[in-house]
Amino acid sequence: MSVTDPAQTDLGFSDPDPARAGRLPRVQAIAIPVVSVLLAFAIGGVLIWLQGVNPLYAYWVLFQNALGSSEGLIRVMEKSTPLILTGLAVTVGLRTGLFNIGAQGQLLVGAIGAAWAGYNFQLPALVHIPFAILFGMLCGAAWASIAGALRAYRSVSEVITTIMLNAVAIALVDYLASRPLKEEGQPITRTPLIADSAALPDIGIVPVGFLIALLVAIFFGWFLTRTTQGFRFNTVGMNPSAANYAGIGVRKTIFLAMAVSGALAGMGGAIETLGITGRFEPTFNAGLGFDGITIALLARANPIATIPAALLVGTLRSGAATLQFETGIEPEVVDVILALTLLFVAAPIVSRLLFRNRAQKQTSVSSGWGGA
Amino acid sequence: MRARYAITLTIGILSCIVVAFVMDETRTVSVLSFSLRYAVPLILAAMVGIICERSGIINIGIEGQMLMSAFAGFFGAAITGNLILGTMLGVGTGMIMGALLATGAVAWKMDQIIAGTIINILATGLTSFFYAQGYVLPAITPTLRIPGLADIPLIGPVLFDNGLFTYAAILTALVLWVLLFKTIWGLRTRAVGEMPGSADTSGVNVQRMRFINVTLAGGLAGLAGAYLSIEAASNFDRGMTAGRGFTALAIMIFGAWNPIGALGAALFFGLANGVASQLQADEVIDIPQQFISMLPYVLTIVLLAIVSGRVKPPAAVGKPYEKE
Repeated sequence: MSVTDPAQTDLGFSDPDPARAGRLPRVQAIAIPVVSVLLAFAIGGVLIWLQGVNPLYAYWVLFQNALGSSEGLIRVMEKSTPLILTGLAVTVGLRTGLFNIGAQGQLLVGAIGAAWAGYNFQLPALVHIPFAILFGMLCGAAWASIAGALRAYRSVSEVITTIMLNAVAIALVDYLASRPLKEEGQPITRTPLIADSAALPDIGIVPVGFLIALLVAIFFGWFLTRTTQGFRFNTVGMNPSAANYAGIGVRKTIFLAMAVSGALAGMGGAIETLGITGRFEPTFNAGLGFDGITIALLARANPIATIPAALLVGTLRSGAATLQFETGIEPEVVDVILALTLLFVAAPIVSRLLFRNRAQKQTSVSSGWGGA
Repeated sequence: MRARYAITLTIGILSCIVVAFVMDETRTVSVLSFSLRYAVPLILAAMVGIICERSGIINIGIEGQMLMSAFAGFFGAAITGNLILGTMLGVGTGMIMGALLATGAVAWKMDQIIAGTIINILATGLTSFFYAQGYVLPAITPTLRIPGLADIPLIGPVLFDNGLFTYAAILTALVLWVLLFKTIWGLRTRAVGEMPGSADTSGVNVQRMRFINVTLAGGLAGLAGAYLSIEAASNFDRGMTAGRGFTALAIMIFGAWNPIGALGAALFFGLANGVASQLQADEVIDIPQQFISMLPYVLTIVLLAIVSGRVKPPAAVGKPYEKE
């Protein structure tokens, strides 16, 4: 049985037919996401126009606010940081044939873990920051491992368990922030402020957390295509039985991939806490995990491509509030645009429109359903 | 073996209910009614999962189908001033969402889980964007008290004095069982989900069968959504489905892809939540409210962990059909 070299398939998309598995022509790999985004913006524009606002003006406000000033750029970088990491979390899962819909919960657990590590200790900054980030990653990994272990050893689909664990995580962190980890003497449900030594600094206008996210994305670009463990992830994702035949421990690989995925999402939460909010509050960024799915599919499960995809989503998210302030358009229009982007990029709509062949490779995450 | 476990469990639960009824009549009836109402959308949504998976299609988008229908149902009823029209709008919206999944999963042969996830994210986005405040329903949904039967102690007030959606949900489960196992449609549906190649050879149009079933099942998801906004909450809230579409899939698995099994599993699920909230309300157990709200989700995971590997899904589920 031949296993395609993962270096040849930078898309991470498996295909049941080995003859068709392989690299998508570069033109299509770039054209499909770009056209999908444009198409989503066009339909979003119609919605904006129906509300009586000139769509070109609305989009100008959206991008001008985000990219037109250094404050705007800082906001975009801050917004994009957890998005890059949750996008990577979903990407690592997809490469291994797993669909981690639980990045949201893992991010929350990682965020509150980092908050605890941040306020509970007094350490030199050079030790404290890595410790708090690693602790957040550990919490995220542990949370994802519940789903990972159930999938690997009990054949329970991670799709249901991760989404259920999202809801459990929301209740759990709310409990933690309102009882055991609550800031004393405050009526508000939140943890104490982290120590100064745990706060992530900025270099010039660039938040350190953003740089970390970029480095992690580049690292995973290398890891998934150039290392033995990355090869195992890809092989299990493309063909578990071939992986098993080749002597790869499929269960162990699935468990590990889920833990890595959770650690990435947890890191996103940790950096958000240590770099931006400084403490954990239950109102903490909801929905970041679902944006991770959009980003991973927009980037076609390529870790490096996660960066521009996350920057795009981050730009839209950071401009949404200003859009409402300036034009009265509901900020949820961004949700519609992102959902449409996901629809166009993941469904073979654009590839059919542009290229007559059905060249678009399908990510396959359905093999684990019902204990296959 | 499975059937024996199920029967033992059912008899055990029923005897507990009778003992509870003898000890405290009003509380028992109120807990059971709560449990049944809790189970209604789960029953309907589990039937959606069963129809789709028996046809070979994973429907992870039930959540989004319900949410869109809850939205369309509520605003339809509020704007037209007619509950029936609103409900029909909800069902119609569910079918459109079903057809959307069928287009992706059947016609385009997309990865079915990704197709369903797109539906969920699309539904969240659209319903949040178009959400508006200040709408109210024209009336409260009527309840139907079945004369005679409703006077039986315990069973009467729980089973025969309910809203129309409740009867519809239980009837749907029973009718679906008959349809699946006693009719030609059922035989073909199961064939398409187990061995599409053989079904094709014997003249069943696999793609058409799957497309129609997934679309019709969407109508049931629409009914579940309309129940949530029109009867249960009399309101629409963003994200009001709260994971029920996923819990329903766990219930489907726990019920071994059998409508009667899933009906039982959904009722059990409702009962567990009903008992927990009553204990919390009576301050019998003092656990933080957050842990009570976790219960349905934790229970879903536990049920899946217990049952997985012991039941077998339809053999062709998740695999797009390619004509040889």
